[in-house]
Amino acid sequence: MNGILAIYRREMKSYFVSPIAYIVIGFFLIITGYFFANILSILIERSFMAQMQAQRMGAPPDMDVPGMVIRNFVGVIATVMLFLIPMMTMGVYSEERKRGTMEMLMTSPLTELQIVIGKFFASLSLFLLMLSPTLIYHGVVSFYSEPALQWRIIGSGYLGIFLLGAVLIALGSFISALTESQIIAGVITFVVFLLLWVLDFGARGASTTTGEIVKYLSILQHYETFAQGVIDTSSIVFYLSVTLLGLFLTLRTIESMRWRRA
Amino acid sequence: MIEVDHLTKSYGQARAVNDISFTVEKGEILGFLGPNGAGKTTTMRILTGYLPATSGTARIAGYDVFEQSMEVRRRIGYLPETPPIYPEMSIEDYLAFVARIKGVDAGNISARVDQAMALTNLTDRRRELIKRLSRGYKQRVGIAQAIVHNPDVVILDEPTVGLDPNQIKEVRKLIKGLAGEHTIILSTHILPEVEITCDRVVIINRGQIAAVDTPRNLVNQRQSGSHVRIAVRETGDSDALLRQALSSIEGIQNIEVNSANPANLNEANEGSGLLTASIEVGQGLDLRAPIAARVVNSGLELLELGTINVSLEDIFMKLTTEELSEVKVDKEND
Repeated sequence: MNGILAIYRREMKSYFVSPIAYIVIGFFLIITGYFFANILSILIERSFMAQMQAQRMGAPPDMDVPGMVIRNFVGVIATVMLFLIPMMTMGVYSEERKRGTMEMLMTSPLTELQIVIGKFFASLSLFLLMLSPTLIYHGVVSFYSEPALQWRIIGSGYLGIFLLGAVLIALGSFISALTESQIIAGVITFVVFLLLWVLDFGARGASTTTGEIVKYLSILQHYETFAQGVIDTSSIVFYLSVTLLGLFLTLRTIESMRWRRA
Repeated sequence: MIEVDHLTKSYGQARAVNDISFTVEKGEILGFLGPNGAGKTTTMRILTGYLPATSGTARIAGYDVFEQSMEVRRRIGYLPETPPIYPEMSIEDYLAFVARIKGVDAGNISARVDQAMALTNLTDRRRELIKRLSRGYKQRVGIAQAIVHNPDVVILDEPTVGLDPNQIKEVRKLIKGLAGEHTIILSTHILPEVEITCDRVVIINRGQIAAVDTPRNLVNQRQSGSHVRIAVRETGDSDALLRQALSSIEGIQNIEVNSANPANLNEANEGSGLLTASIEVGQGLDLRAPIAARVVNSGLELLELGTINVSLEDIFMKLTTEELSEVKVDKEND
Protein backbone atom coordinates (compact mmCIF):
# COMPACT_ATOMS: atom_id res chain seq x y z
CA MET A 1 0.00 0.00 0.00
CA ASN A 2 2.82 2.38 0.88
CA GLY A 3 4.48 1.55 -2.39
CA ILE A 4 1.33 2.29 -4.38
CA LEU A 5 0.93 5.57 -2.53
CA ALA A 6 4.54 6.58 -3.17
CA ILE A 7 4.18 5.91 -6.89
CA TYR A 8 0.83 7.68 -6.98
CA ARG A 9 2.10 10.78 -5.23
CA ARG A 10 5.19 11.09 -7.39
CA GLU A 11 3.13 10.67 -10.51
CA MET A 12 0.64 13.36 -9.47
CA LYS A 13 3.46 15.72 -8.54
CA SER A 14 5.14 15.22 -11.88
CA TYR A 15 1.90 16.00 -13.71
CA PHE A 16 1.68 19.33 -11.95
CA VAL A 17 5.31 20.43 -12.10
CA SER A 18 5.32 20.00 -15.85
CA PRO A 19 2.96 22.11 -17.93
CA ILE A 20 1.15 19.01 -19.20
CA ALA A 21 -1.59 18.93 -16.56
CA TYR A 22 -2.34 22.63 -16.90
CA ILE A 23 -2.42 22.46 -20.67
CA VAL A 24 -4.65 19.41 -20.73
CA ILE A 25 -7.06 20.68 -18.09
CA GLY A 26 -7.14 24.21 -19.48
CA PHE A 27 -7.73 23.04 -23.02
CA PHE A 28 -10.39 20.62 -21.88
CA LEU A 29 -12.30 23.27 -19.94
CA ILE A 30 -12.15 25.81 -22.74
CA ILE A 31 -13.41 23.37 -25.35
CA THR A 32 -16.11 21.82 -23.20
CA GLY A 33 -17.20 25.23 -21.90
CA TYR A 34 -17.55 26.54 -25.41
CA PHE A 35 -19.54 23.54 -26.57
CA PHE A 36 -21.71 23.53 -23.47
CA ALA A 37 -22.74 27.12 -24.07
CA ASN A 38 -23.29 26.39 -27.74
CA ILE A 39 -25.38 23.28 -27.17
CA LEU A 40 -27.42 25.09 -24.57
CA SER A 41 -28.17 28.13 -26.73
CA ILE A 42 -29.04 26.04 -29.77
CA LEU A 43 -31.38 23.83 -27.80
CA ILE A 44 -33.04 26.76 -26.03
CA GLU A 45 -33.57 28.44 -29.38
CA ARG A 46 -35.08 25.28 -30.76
CA SER A 47 -37.36 24.83 -27.81
CA PHE A 48 -38.59 28.41 -28.21
CA MET A 49 -39.35 27.71 -31.83
CA ALA A 50 -41.17 24.57 -30.86
CA GLN A 51 -43.15 26.47 -28.27
CA MET A 52 -44.10 29.13 -30.74
CA GLN A 53 -45.07 26.51 -33.21
CA ALA A 54 -47.14 24.80 -30.53
CA GLN A 55 -49.00 28.03 -29.77
CA ARG A 56 -49.86 28.43 -33.41
CA MET A 57 -50.61 24.81 -34.21
CA GLY A 58 -51.88 23.72 -30.84
CA ALA A 59 -49.58 20.74 -30.47
CA PRO A 60 -47.99 20.42 -27.02
CA PRO A 61 -44.27 21.27 -26.78
CA ASP A 62 -42.45 18.00 -26.34
CA MET A 63 -38.79 18.75 -25.76
CA ASP A 64 -36.64 17.49 -22.93
CA VAL A 65 -33.99 20.24 -23.09
CA PRO A 66 -31.95 19.22 -20.02
CA GLY A 67 -31.85 15.63 -21.24
CA MET A 68 -30.73 16.69 -24.70
CA VAL A 69 -28.09 18.97 -23.25
CA ILE A 70 -26.49 16.19 -21.23
CA ARG A 71 -26.64 13.73 -24.13
CA ASN A 72 -24.91 16.10 -26.49
CA PHE A 73 -22.49 17.33 -23.89
CA VAL A 74 -21.37 13.82 -22.99
CA GLY A 75 -20.71 13.25 -26.69
CA VAL A 76 -18.51 16.35 -26.78
CA ILE A 77 -16.54 15.27 -23.71
CA ALA A 78 -15.97 11.82 -25.19
CA THR A 79 -14.63 13.36 -28.40
CA VAL A 80 -12.29 15.73 -26.58
CA MET A 81 -11.00 12.77 -24.55
CA LEU A 82 -9.88 11.17 -27.78
CA PHE A 83 -7.31 13.96 -28.06
CA LEU A 84 -6.41 14.56 -24.45
CA ILE A 85 -6.06 11.11 -22.90
CA PRO A 86 -3.12 10.21 -25.18
CA MET A 87 -1.38 13.33 -23.86
CA MET A 88 -1.98 12.21 -20.29
CA THR A 89 -0.78 8.65 -20.71
CA MET A 90 1.93 8.86 -23.35
CA GLY A 91 4.76 9.46 -20.90
CA VAL A 92 3.57 7.27 -18.04
CA TYR A 93 5.91 4.37 -18.74
CA SER A 94 7.88 5.45 -21.80
CA GLU A 95 9.53 8.30 -19.89
CA GLU A 96 10.49 5.99 -17.03
CA ARG A 97 12.03 3.61 -19.51
CA LYS A 98 13.94 6.34 -21.31
CA ARG A 99 15.30 7.88 -18.11
CA GLY A 100 16.28 4.51 -16.68
CA THR A 101 14.09 5.08 -13.66
CA MET A 102 12.10 1.99 -14.57
CA GLU A 103 15.15 -0.06 -13.65
CA MET A 104 15.22 1.67 -10.29
CA LEU A 105 11.54 0.99 -9.68
CA MET A 106 12.02 -2.63 -10.66
CA THR A 107 14.99 -3.12 -8.36
CA SER A 108 13.09 -1.56 -5.47
CA PRO A 109 11.05 -3.73 -3.16
CA LEU A 110 7.92 -2.94 -5.16
CA THR A 111 5.86 -5.42 -7.13
CA GLU A 112 5.04 -4.61 -10.73
CA LEU A 113 1.39 -4.60 -9.72
CA GLN A 114 2.00 -1.80 -7.22
CA ILE A 115 3.67 0.26 -9.93
CA VAL A 116 0.81 -0.32 -12.39
CA ILE A 117 -1.90 0.45 -9.85
CA GLY A 118 -0.19 3.57 -8.52
CA LYS A 119 0.26 4.97 -11.99
CA PHE A 120 -3.24 4.06 -13.16
CA PHE A 121 -4.88 5.80 -10.23
CA ALA A 122 -2.72 8.87 -10.70
CA SER A 123 -3.83 9.21 -14.34
CA LEU A 124 -7.41 8.53 -13.31
CA SER A 125 -7.20 11.25 -10.65
CA LEU A 126 -5.87 13.73 -13.16
CA PHE A 127 -8.78 12.80 -15.41
CA LEU A 128 -11.26 13.37 -12.57
CA LEU A 129 -9.64 16.71 -11.79
CA MET A 130 -10.10 17.64 -15.42
CA LEU A 131 -13.69 16.43 -15.54
CA SER A 132 -15.05 17.73 -12.23
CA PRO A 133 -15.04 21.49 -12.99
CA THR A 134 -17.55 20.83 -15.79
CA LEU A 135 -20.10 19.95 -13.12
CA ILE A 136 -20.21 23.68 -12.36
CA TYR A 137 -21.79 24.22 -15.79
CA HIS A 138 -24.73 22.07 -14.78
CA GLY A 139 -24.88 23.77 -11.40
CA VAL A 140 -25.23 27.16 -13.09
CA VAL A 141 -27.88 25.86 -15.46
CA SER A 142 -29.84 24.29 -12.62
CA PHE A 143 -30.52 27.79 -11.21
CA TYR A 144 -32.47 28.77 -14.28
CA SER A 145 -33.74 25.47 -15.55
CA GLU A 146 -37.41 24.72 -15.68
CA PRO A 147 -38.27 21.85 -15.45
CA ALA A 148 -35.58 21.17 -12.84
CA LEU A 149 -32.44 19.37 -13.98
CA GLN A 150 -32.48 15.64 -13.59
CA TRP A 151 -29.29 15.11 -11.63
CA ARG A 152 -29.76 11.37 -11.93
CA ILE A 153 -29.24 11.55 -15.70
CA ILE A 154 -26.30 13.89 -15.30
CA GLY A 155 -24.84 11.51 -12.73
CA SER A 156 -25.21 8.46 -14.94
CA GLY A 157 -23.82 10.40 -17.92
CA TYR A 158 -20.73 11.29 -15.91
CA LEU A 159 -20.43 7.71 -14.67
CA GLY A 160 -20.32 6.62 -18.31
CA ILE A 161 -17.64 9.21 -19.09
CA PHE A 162 -15.64 8.16 -16.05
CA LEU A 163 -15.74 4.50 -17.05
CA LEU A 164 -14.81 5.36 -20.63
CA GLY A 165 -11.92 7.42 -19.25
CA ALA A 166 -10.72 4.47 -17.20
CA VAL A 167 -10.73 2.25 -20.30
CA LEU A 168 -8.83 4.78 -22.41
CA ILE A 169 -6.28 5.45 -19.66
CA ALA A 170 -5.64 1.72 -19.23
CA LEU A 171 -5.15 1.28 -22.98
CA GLY A 172 -3.00 4.42 -23.25
CA SER A 173 -0.79 3.26 -20.38
CA PHE A 174 -0.35 -0.10 -22.00
CA ILE A 175 0.80 1.51 -25.24
CA SER A 176 3.16 3.76 -23.27
CA ALA A 177 4.73 0.68 -21.67
CA LEU A 178 5.59 -0.70 -25.11
CA THR A 179 8.02 1.99 -26.16
CA GLU A 180 10.75 4.26 -24.86
CA SER A 181 9.54 7.25 -26.82
CA GLN A 182 6.64 9.21 -25.48
CA ILE A 183 6.01 10.75 -28.88
CA ILE A 184 5.60 7.31 -30.46
CA ALA A 185 3.41 6.26 -27.55
CA GLY A 186 1.27 9.37 -27.94
CA VAL A 187 0.83 8.96 -31.69
CA ILE A 188 0.01 5.26 -31.49
CA THR A 189 -2.44 5.85 -28.66
CA PHE A 190 -4.13 8.56 -30.67
CA VAL A 191 -4.34 6.35 -33.76
CA VAL A 192 -5.78 3.46 -31.76
CA PHE A 193 -8.39 5.71 -30.19
CA LEU A 194 -9.23 7.11 -33.60
CA LEU A 195 -9.74 3.58 -34.90
CA LEU A 196 -12.12 2.93 -32.00
CA TRP A 197 -14.09 5.99 -33.04
CA VAL A 198 -14.13 4.89 -36.66
CA LEU A 199 -15.19 1.38 -35.64
CA ASP A 200 -18.01 2.92 -33.68
CA PHE A 201 -19.06 5.02 -36.62
CA GLY A 202 -19.14 1.97 -38.88
CA ALA A 203 -21.07 -0.06 -36.38
CA ARG A 204 -23.85 2.42 -35.92
CA GLY A 205 -25.91 1.65 -38.97
CA ALA A 206 -25.08 -2.05 -39.06
CA SER A 207 -27.72 -4.68 -38.57
CA THR A 208 -25.84 -7.88 -39.48
CA THR A 209 -24.46 -10.23 -36.85
CA THR A 210 -20.95 -8.96 -37.34
CA GLY A 211 -22.29 -5.47 -37.01
CA GLU A 212 -23.92 -6.39 -33.72
CA ILE A 213 -20.70 -7.87 -32.40
CA VAL A 214 -18.71 -4.82 -33.44
CA LYS A 215 -21.36 -2.72 -31.80
CA TYR A 216 -21.05 -4.59 -28.55
CA LEU A 217 -17.29 -4.39 -28.65
CA SER A 218 -17.31 -0.74 -29.57
CA ILE A 219 -16.10 1.09 -26.53
CA LEU A 220 -18.04 4.20 -27.39
CA GLN A 221 -21.47 2.64 -27.84
CA HIS A 222 -21.70 1.94 -24.16
CA TYR A 223 -21.46 5.41 -22.70
CA GLU A 224 -24.44 6.59 -24.68
CA THR A 225 -26.81 4.41 -22.72
CA PHE A 226 -25.43 6.06 -19.59
CA ALA A 227 -26.11 9.46 -21.08
CA GLN A 228 -29.75 8.50 -21.44
CA GLY A 229 -29.93 7.85 -17.73
CA VAL A 230 -29.71 4.07 -18.02
CA ILE A 231 -27.15 2.47 -15.81
CA ASP A 232 -26.65 -0.75 -17.69
CA THR A 233 -24.86 -3.48 -15.76
CA SER A 234 -23.56 -5.11 -18.90
CA SER A 235 -21.95 -1.82 -19.93
CA ILE A 236 -20.34 -1.41 -16.52
CA VAL A 237 -19.02 -4.97 -16.73
CA PHE A 238 -17.78 -4.31 -20.24
CA TYR A 239 -15.90 -1.14 -19.30
CA LEU A 240 -14.41 -2.62 -16.17
CA SER A 241 -13.24 -5.74 -17.97
CA VAL A 242 -11.59 -3.78 -20.78
CA THR A 243 -9.89 -1.60 -18.15
CA LEU A 244 -8.64 -4.69 -16.34
CA LEU A 245 -7.45 -6.16 -19.60
CA GLY A 246 -5.46 -3.00 -20.32
CA LEU A 247 -3.92 -3.06 -16.85
CA PHE A 248 -3.13 -6.75 -17.15
CA LEU A 249 -1.37 -6.22 -20.48
CA THR A 250 0.58 -3.32 -18.98
CA LEU A 251 1.63 -5.52 -16.07
CA ARG A 252 2.78 -8.26 -18.40
CA THR A 253 4.68 -5.82 -20.59
CA ILE A 254 6.57 -4.47 -17.59
CA GLU A 255 7.31 -7.95 -16.30
CA SER A 256 8.64 -8.90 -19.71
CA MET A 257 11.30 -6.18 -19.49
CA ARG A 258 13.14 -8.48 -17.12
CA TRP A 259 13.36 -11.14 -19.79
CA ARG A 260 14.42 -8.99 -22.66
CA ARG A 261 17.86 -8.03 -23.76
CA ALA A 262 19.16 -4.58 -22.80
CA MET B 1 27.82 -10.78 2.23
CA ILE B 2 27.62 -11.58 -1.47
CA GLU B 3 28.04 -15.09 -2.80
CA VAL B 4 27.86 -15.69 -6.52
CA ASP B 5 27.92 -19.32 -7.54
CA HIS B 6 28.27 -20.56 -11.12
CA LEU B 7 26.13 -17.76 -12.47
CA THR B 8 25.25 -17.94 -16.15
CA LYS B 9 23.05 -15.67 -18.22
CA SER B 10 22.27 -16.45 -21.84
CA TYR B 11 20.42 -14.37 -24.36
CA GLY B 12 19.44 -16.98 -26.90
CA GLN B 13 22.70 -18.47 -28.12
CA ALA B 14 24.90 -15.71 -26.75
CA ARG B 15 26.26 -16.07 -23.24
CA ALA B 16 26.56 -12.67 -21.63
CA VAL B 17 27.75 -14.15 -18.36
CA ASN B 18 29.33 -17.58 -18.30
CA ASP B 19 29.76 -19.56 -15.09
CA ILE B 20 30.89 -16.77 -12.80
CA SER B 21 31.65 -17.42 -9.13
CA PHE B 22 33.03 -15.05 -6.51
CA THR B 23 32.32 -13.83 -3.02
CA VAL B 24 32.51 -10.44 -1.38
CA GLU B 25 33.09 -10.00 2.34
CA LYS B 26 31.22 -7.50 4.46
CA GLY B 27 32.64 -4.00 4.20
CA GLU B 28 34.76 -4.78 1.19
CA ILE B 29 34.97 -2.80 -2.04
CA LEU B 30 35.06 -5.14 -5.00
CA GLY B 31 36.00 -3.80 -8.39
CA PHE B 32 34.47 -5.29 -11.46
CA LEU B 33 36.87 -4.69 -14.26
CA GLY B 34 36.44 -5.55 -17.89
CA PRO B 35 36.15 -4.12 -21.36
CA ASN B 36 32.81 -2.83 -22.53
CA GLY B 37 30.39 -5.65 -23.19
CA ALA B 38 32.21 -8.10 -20.93
CA GLY B 39 29.12 -8.84 -18.85
CA LYS B 40 29.62 -6.43 -15.97
CA THR B 41 26.24 -4.78 -16.21
CA THR B 42 24.45 -8.08 -16.74
CA THR B 43 26.03 -9.52 -13.60
CA MET B 44 25.04 -6.45 -11.63
CA ARG B 45 21.52 -6.58 -12.93
CA ILE B 46 21.24 -10.18 -11.80
CA LEU B 47 22.51 -9.26 -8.35
CA THR B 48 19.99 -6.43 -8.03
CA GLY B 49 17.12 -8.69 -9.00
CA TYR B 50 16.42 -6.87 -12.25
CA LEU B 51 17.30 -9.81 -14.49
CA PRO B 52 16.90 -13.48 -13.68
CA ALA B 53 19.93 -15.70 -14.22
CA THR B 54 19.76 -18.60 -16.67
CA SER B 55 21.50 -20.88 -14.19
CA GLY B 56 23.53 -20.65 -11.03
CA THR B 57 22.70 -18.79 -7.85
CA ALA B 58 23.57 -15.54 -6.17
CA ARG B 59 22.97 -14.69 -2.54
CA ILE B 60 23.06 -11.33 -0.89
CA ALA B 61 23.10 -11.22 2.91
CA GLY B 62 22.01 -14.86 2.80
CA TYR B 63 18.98 -14.25 0.58
CA ASP B 64 18.70 -15.74 -2.89
CA VAL B 65 18.40 -12.94 -5.44
CA PHE B 66 15.73 -14.77 -7.40
CA GLU B 67 13.79 -16.71 -4.78
CA GLN B 68 13.79 -13.97 -2.14
CA SER B 69 14.02 -11.00 -4.44
CA MET B 70 12.09 -8.58 -2.21
CA GLU B 71 14.36 -9.24 0.77
CA VAL B 72 17.38 -8.71 -1.43
CA ARG B 73 16.01 -5.53 -2.98
CA ARG B 74 15.43 -4.04 0.48
CA ARG B 75 19.12 -4.59 1.24
CA ILE B 76 20.75 -3.24 -1.89
CA GLY B 77 21.27 0.18 -3.31
CA TYR B 78 21.86 0.28 -7.03
CA LEU B 79 23.21 2.98 -9.27
CA PRO B 80 22.76 2.00 -12.93
CA GLU B 81 25.06 3.42 -15.57
CA THR B 82 22.87 6.46 -16.05
CA PRO B 83 21.62 7.83 -12.74
CA PRO B 84 17.89 7.03 -12.47
CA ILE B 85 16.66 10.52 -11.76
CA TYR B 86 13.47 12.47 -12.27
CA PRO B 87 14.69 15.81 -13.65
CA GLU B 88 11.60 17.71 -12.59
CA MET B 89 11.96 16.84 -8.89
CA SER B 90 14.09 18.55 -6.27
CA ILE B 91 16.93 16.55 -4.74
CA GLU B 92 15.12 16.34 -1.44
CA ASP B 93 11.79 15.22 -2.87
CA TYR B 94 13.47 12.71 -5.09
CA LEU B 95 15.44 11.10 -2.27
CA ALA B 96 12.33 11.01 -0.09
CA PHE B 97 10.50 9.23 -2.91
CA VAL B 98 13.29 6.67 -3.28
CA ALA B 99 13.38 6.12 0.49
CA ARG B 100 9.64 5.52 0.44
CA ILE B 101 9.70 2.95 -2.35
CA LYS B 102 12.68 1.23 -0.74
CA GLY B 103 10.50 0.68 2.29
CA VAL B 104 12.04 3.11 4.80
CA ASP B 105 9.62 3.76 7.69
CA ALA B 106 7.71 7.02 7.28
CA GLY B 107 9.21 8.36 10.52
CA ASN B 108 12.78 7.77 9.38
CA ILE B 109 12.54 9.15 5.88
CA SER B 110 13.59 12.73 6.54
CA ALA B 111 16.49 11.63 8.75
CA ARG B 112 17.70 9.16 6.11
CA VAL B 113 17.38 11.75 3.35
CA ASP B 114 19.36 14.25 5.41
CA GLN B 115 22.08 11.71 6.04
CA ALA B 116 22.32 10.66 2.40
CA MET B 117 22.57 14.31 1.35
CA ALA B 118 25.21 15.01 3.99
CA LEU B 119 27.33 12.06 2.83
CA THR B 120 27.18 13.14 -0.79
CA ASN B 121 27.58 16.88 -0.08
CA LEU B 122 24.21 17.81 -1.47
CA THR B 123 22.70 19.42 1.61
CA ASP B 124 23.18 23.02 0.49
CA ARG B 125 21.41 22.38 -2.82
CA ARG B 126 18.63 20.20 -1.45
CA ARG B 127 15.79 22.24 -2.90
CA GLU B 128 17.27 22.55 -6.36
CA LEU B 129 15.63 20.77 -9.26
CA ILE B 130 17.70 17.86 -10.50
CA LYS B 131 17.51 19.02 -14.11
CA ARG B 132 19.47 22.15 -13.19
CA LEU B 133 22.38 20.18 -11.74
CA SER B 134 25.68 19.47 -13.48
CA ARG B 135 26.66 15.96 -14.53
CA GLY B 136 28.79 15.52 -11.41
CA TYR B 137 25.99 16.57 -9.10
CA LYS B 138 23.55 14.29 -10.86
CA GLN B 139 25.96 11.45 -10.28
CA ARG B 140 26.09 12.35 -6.60
CA VAL B 141 22.31 12.34 -6.50
CA GLY B 142 22.50 8.88 -8.06
CA ILE B 143 24.84 7.70 -5.33
CA ALA B 144 22.69 9.34 -2.64
CA GLN B 145 19.76 7.45 -4.08
CA ALA B 146 21.66 4.19 -3.76
CA ILE B 147 22.44 4.70 -0.07
CA VAL B 148 19.34 6.51 1.16
CA HIS B 149 17.79 3.39 2.69
CA ASN B 150 21.08 2.44 4.34
CA PRO B 151 21.48 -0.80 2.40
CA ASP B 152 23.96 -3.53 3.30
CA VAL B 153 25.17 -3.75 -0.27
CA VAL B 154 25.74 -0.91 -2.71
CA ILE B 155 26.14 -1.74 -6.39
CA LEU B 156 27.52 1.00 -8.62
CA ASP B 157 27.68 0.56 -12.39
CA GLU B 158 30.43 2.78 -13.83
CA PRO B 159 30.06 5.46 -11.18
CA THR B 160 32.68 7.80 -12.64
CA VAL B 161 31.94 7.56 -16.33
CA GLY B 162 31.47 10.93 -18.02
CA LEU B 163 32.79 12.99 -15.13
CA ASP B 164 35.67 15.43 -15.22
CA PRO B 165 38.86 14.59 -13.29
CA ASN B 166 37.90 16.62 -10.22
CA GLN B 167 34.48 15.06 -10.05
CA ILE B 168 36.01 11.61 -10.49
CA LYS B 169 38.29 12.25 -7.52
CA GLU B 170 35.35 13.36 -5.42
CA VAL B 171 33.23 10.37 -6.33
CA ARG B 172 36.08 7.97 -5.56
CA LYS B 173 36.59 9.59 -2.19
CA LEU B 174 32.89 9.27 -1.56
CA ILE B 175 32.90 5.59 -2.44
CA LYS B 176 35.88 4.89 -0.22
CA GLY B 177 34.07 6.64 2.58
CA LEU B 178 31.09 4.36 2.19
CA ALA B 179 33.08 1.16 2.59
CA GLY B 180 33.13 -0.51 5.96
CA GLU B 181 29.53 0.22 6.71
CA HIS B 182 28.40 -0.90 3.27
CA THR B 183 29.68 -3.66 1.06
CA ILE B 184 30.34 -2.23 -2.36
CA ILE B 185 30.61 -3.59 -5.85
CA LEU B 186 31.59 -1.15 -8.52
CA SER B 187 32.21 -1.75 -12.17
CA THR B 188 34.56 0.16 -14.34
CA HIS B 189 36.72 -0.12 -17.37
CA ILE B 190 39.13 2.45 -16.00
CA LEU B 191 42.15 0.82 -14.39
CA PRO B 192 43.42 3.43 -11.97
CA GLU B 193 39.99 3.46 -10.46
CA VAL B 194 40.38 -0.11 -9.34
CA GLU B 195 43.89 0.47 -8.05
CA ILE B 196 42.76 3.48 -6.08
CA THR B 197 39.41 2.43 -4.69
CA CYS B 198 39.09 -1.32 -4.57
CA ASP B 199 40.19 -3.90 -2.03
CA ARG B 200 39.77 -6.68 -4.50
CA VAL B 201 39.24 -6.91 -8.20
CA VAL B 202 37.41 -9.31 -10.47
CA ILE B 203 38.61 -9.10 -14.03
CA ILE B 204 35.88 -10.22 -16.34
CA ASN B 205 36.15 -10.79 -20.05
CA ARG B 206 33.62 -12.19 -22.50
CA GLY B 207 31.37 -13.20 -19.65
CA GLN B 208 34.04 -15.14 -17.83
CA ILE B 209 36.24 -14.37 -14.87
CA ALA B 210 39.84 -13.93 -15.95
CA ALA B 211 41.26 -13.22 -12.49
CA VAL B 212 40.22 -12.44 -8.92
CA ASP B 213 42.66 -10.92 -6.45
CA THR B 214 43.79 -7.76 -4.77
CA PRO B 215 45.18 -5.23 -7.23
CA ARG B 216 48.63 -5.54 -5.57
CA ASN B 217 48.70 -9.33 -5.75
CA LEU B 218 47.68 -9.28 -9.34
CA VAL B 219 50.60 -7.06 -10.17
CA ASN B 220 53.07 -9.10 -8.10
CA GLN B 221 51.98 -12.44 -9.44
CA ARG B 222 52.10 -11.41 -13.00
CA GLN B 223 55.39 -9.70 -12.57
CA SER B 224 57.33 -12.94 -12.99
CA GLY B 225 60.28 -10.93 -14.24
CA SER B 226 60.94 -7.31 -14.90
CA HIS B 227 61.05 -5.80 -18.33
CA VAL B 228 63.81 -3.80 -19.94
CA ARG B 229 62.87 -1.50 -22.73
CA ILE B 230 65.48 -0.42 -25.24
CA ALA B 231 65.36 1.64 -28.40
CA VAL B 232 67.88 1.61 -31.22
CA ARG B 233 68.15 3.46 -34.51
CA GLU B 234 66.43 1.39 -37.12
CA THR B 235 68.42 0.26 -40.12
CA GLY B 236 67.81 -2.44 -42.68
CA ASP B 237 69.04 -5.34 -40.59
CA SER B 238 68.72 -3.84 -37.12
CA ASP B 239 66.04 -6.31 -36.12
CA ALA B 240 68.21 -9.32 -36.82
CA LEU B 241 71.28 -7.68 -35.32
CA LEU B 242 69.42 -6.87 -32.14
CA ARG B 243 68.07 -10.38 -31.73
CA GLN B 244 71.47 -11.80 -32.37
CA ALA B 245 73.13 -9.44 -29.88
CA LEU B 246 70.66 -10.32 -27.17
CA SER B 247 70.51 -14.04 -27.84
CA SER B 248 73.77 -14.71 -26.05
CA ILE B 249 72.72 -13.07 -22.76
CA GLU B 250 71.62 -15.52 -20.13
CA GLY B 251 68.43 -14.78 -18.21
CA ILE B 252 66.44 -13.25 -21.02
CA GLN B 253 63.08 -14.93 -21.29
CA ASN B 254 61.40 -13.17 -24.11
CA ILE B 255 62.06 -10.46 -26.61
CA GLU B 256 59.40 -8.45 -28.32
CA VAL B 257 60.62 -6.17 -31.06
CA ASN B 258 58.54 -3.34 -32.45
CA SER B 259 59.35 -0.96 -35.22
CA ALA B 260 58.15 2.46 -34.14
CA ASN B 261 57.38 3.73 -37.63
CA PRO B 262 57.73 0.92 -40.11
CA ALA B 263 55.69 2.71 -42.73
CA ASN B 264 58.36 5.34 -43.21
CA LEU B 265 61.15 2.87 -43.59
CA ASN B 266 62.51 3.08 -47.10
CA GLU B 267 65.85 3.83 -48.73
CA ALA B 268 65.46 7.60 -48.60
CA ASN B 269 64.99 8.08 -44.93
CA GLU B 270 66.72 5.01 -43.72
CA GLY B 271 68.11 5.58 -40.28
CA SER B 272 65.34 7.83 -39.10
CA GLY B 273 63.24 4.98 -37.72
CA LEU B 274 63.23 3.77 -34.18
CA LEU B 275 63.30 0.11 -33.25
CA THR B 276 62.10 -0.62 -29.74
CA ALA B 277 62.26 -3.89 -27.92
CA SER B 278 60.69 -5.07 -24.73
CA ILE B 279 62.92 -7.63 -23.09
CA GLU B 280 61.58 -9.83 -20.34
CA VAL B 281 64.28 -10.85 -17.92
CA GLY B 282 64.23 -13.45 -15.17
CA GLN B 283 63.18 -12.50 -11.68
CA GLY B 284 65.77 -10.74 -9.58
CA LEU B 285 68.19 -10.15 -12.45
CA ASP B 286 69.47 -6.78 -13.50
CA LEU B 287 70.65 -7.22 -17.05
CA ARG B 288 70.73 -3.59 -18.08
CA ALA B 289 74.52 -3.34 -18.24
CA PRO B 290 75.13 -6.51 -20.30
CA ILE B 291 72.28 -5.62 -22.63
CA ALA B 292 73.72 -2.16 -23.23
CA ALA B 293 77.21 -3.55 -23.83
CA ARG B 294 76.07 -6.20 -26.31
CA VAL B 295 73.86 -3.81 -28.23
CA VAL B 296 76.59 -1.23 -28.60
CA ASN B 297 79.16 -3.87 -29.52
CA SER B 298 76.99 -5.19 -32.28
CA GLY B 299 77.20 -1.81 -34.01
CA LEU B 300 73.67 -0.63 -33.24
CA GLU B 301 73.02 2.89 -32.08
CA LEU B 302 71.52 2.60 -28.60
CA LEU B 303 69.16 5.50 -28.02
CA GLU B 304 67.19 4.54 -24.94
CA LEU B 305 67.32 2.00 -22.17
CA GLY B 306 65.11 1.63 -19.11
CA THR B 307 63.11 -0.76 -16.97
CA ILE B 308 59.37 -1.09 -17.13
CA ASN B 309 57.21 -2.02 -14.19
CA VAL B 310 54.21 -4.15 -14.94
CA SER B 311 51.06 -2.22 -14.18
CA LEU B 312 47.57 -3.45 -13.68
CA GLU B 313 46.96 -2.10 -17.13
CA ASP B 314 49.38 -4.60 -18.65
CA ILE B 315 47.73 -7.42 -16.78
CA PHE B 316 44.34 -6.25 -17.84
CA MET B 317 45.48 -6.03 -21.45
CA LYS B 318 47.11 -9.40 -21.19
CA LEU B 319 44.08 -11.06 -19.65
CA THR B 320 41.48 -9.50 -21.84
CA THR B 321 43.34 -9.72 -25.13
CA GLU B 322 45.04 -13.04 -24.54
CA GLU B 323 43.54 -14.66 -27.61
CA LEU B 324 44.62 -11.82 -29.83
CA SER B 325 48.22 -11.90 -28.64
CA GLU B 326 48.37 -15.66 -28.99
CA VAL B 327 47.44 -15.29 -32.60
CA LYS B 328 50.17 -12.68 -32.99
CA VAL B 329 52.78 -14.93 -31.41
CA ASP B 330 51.82 -17.76 -33.73
CA LYS B 331 52.32 -15.55 -36.73
CA GLU B 332 55.71 -14.43 -35.52
CA ASN B 333 56.76 -18.01 -35.10
CA ASP B 334 55.87 -18.90 -38.64
